[in-house]
Amino acid sequence: MHPIEPRDRGKAVAAWFQDRLAWDSVREFIAHKTVPVHSGTIWYAFGGITLFLFVIQVITGILLLVYYRPTPAEAYESVQFIMTRVAFGWLIRSIHSWSANLMILSAFVHMFSVAFLHAYRKPRELVWLSGVVLLALALAFGFSGYLLPWNTISFFATKVGTDMVTFVPWIGTTLGRYVRGGDAVGGATLTRFFGFHVAVLPALTSLFLLFHLGLIQKFGISTPPWVKKRARADAAKPAEMPFFPDFFLHELMVWYGTLGLLGVLAAVFPWELGDKANAFASAPAGIRPEWYFLAPFYTLKLIPGHVLGIEGETAGLLGFGLLAVWWAALPFWGARPDGTVRSKLVTGAAVAFLAYLSTFSLLGYLR
Amino acid sequence: MPEPRRNFIFWIFGGGFIGSLISFLYPVVRFLNPPAVAEASVNEVTDGKVQDLAPNSGKIIKFGTQPVLLIRVAQAEWRAFSAVCTHLGCIVQYDSARRIIWCACHNGQYDLNGKVISGPPPAPLTEYTVHLRDDQVVISRT
Repeated sequence: MHPIEPRDRGKAVAAWFQDRLAWDSVREFIAHKTVPVHSGTIWYAFGGITLFLFVIQVITGILLLVYYRPTPAEAYESVQFIMTRVAFGWLIRSIHSWSANLMILSAFVHMFSVAFLHAYRKPRELVWLSGVVLLALALAFGFSGYLLPWNTISFFATKVGTDMVTFVPWIGTTLGRYVRGGDAVGGATLTRFFGFHVAVLPALTSLFLLFHLGLIQKFGISTPPWVKKRARADAAKPAEMPFFPDFFLHELMVWYGTLGLLGVLAAVFPWELGDKANAFASAPAGIRPEWYFLAPFYTLKLIPGHVLGIEGETAGLLGFGLLAVWWAALPFWGARPDGTVRSKLVTGAAVAFLAYLSTFSLLGYLR
Repeated sequence: MPEPRRNFIFWIFGGGFIGSLISFLYPVVRFLNPPAVAEASVNEVTDGKVQDLAPNSGKIIKFGTQPVLLIRVAQAEWRAFSAVCTHLGCIVQYDSARRIIWCACHNGQYDLNGKVISGPPPAPLTEYTVHLRDDQVVISRT
């Protein structure tokens, strides 16, 4: 009897799995997936970076769960314990905070690049819409996670944020009670936000993420209209590269770079904890929310108490709501019935929206 | 199967399914709605001695579950207001340099009668009454 060669044994194991999983179809599928090559190819990396940072969030979040305690009496102290007593606790918490911020930044870059490359157009309207939902979920993650250390700044940010909810016409008061778990921000809010942050939001995000990625697999990566037009003029096929391994290796390098940046930021600028929340202390001077809420924060500062007979906050909330709906509906007003894009209109609107967000964020930071 | 009968079955089963979904969701929605917690009604609070607060200064005191801003405007002049900003619920503070009540969140400013003088707050601060009982400072609802 001949001894079985290790190589043959490997093949046998592979064949066993092949019979049960039919994974050569996956290999076939990956082999046919391509990425358009043009001057804007770099922007395709940001969806992957956002996904990578989300994975980092999940891993570091699970690690923080081991020590974190979601009660007003213990939340601040448990984060303090993580940062001062637990080995590498400061690093894990810092990476969790930094990667949350980088993830939202990367999601914004991804969203605007999709707008500028006109990748939202038919048949990808649902990819855009699910992406908008994912961004909203990421902001909800940011808002709920911000309260968890139970420090002064997060306490007041939550007070302001949940108070805004109460200005929703008709259902505001009920909605406010639902979000806060009572009439004021307190222990009930903390446990509620903790539940949202570690269970509800991850479940919803996983669902929408699967939907978003599934559709991207189905439709492939979009080629911008001008690249298609130029290729048609040259009677050639638009340039593209295989997703696997070419683009995937590029993406891996970008991820590795992102991880490096994350490590540097977390180590050199560790995330501060601040003072413990006190429901009977004045809001400290210079208080401001996370950078991604600075634009609405500054806008709210400018809106007077009453606008055209309605309360300023209701007017502001209505304005933000309309802006969000208008932006989410981009695939519908940004394309003509025949499927071609209104590129000048969309580019102009995206530039204007970006200008509003960056200018007001900057003003909110400086003033 | 005849069309009307098919439709009838569709609506009966579909309606039953949606009805059962609502019956599952209703307890969840009610569960998430926080129950009303009875608050002990507080009408008066005694807060330390007169000499504890210097003239032209203020501090936050607990009035039951509510924060109240107590201000000693001058030697014999005291004021108290709800410390909850009428804009978005932040807790205000006394700015002794400008002699105003100030909210750090959105730069809301009130005068020493609780009236809005600048910024986004839509309404004045609720005023409380301050009495001096011997050397004790007593704050009560106006």
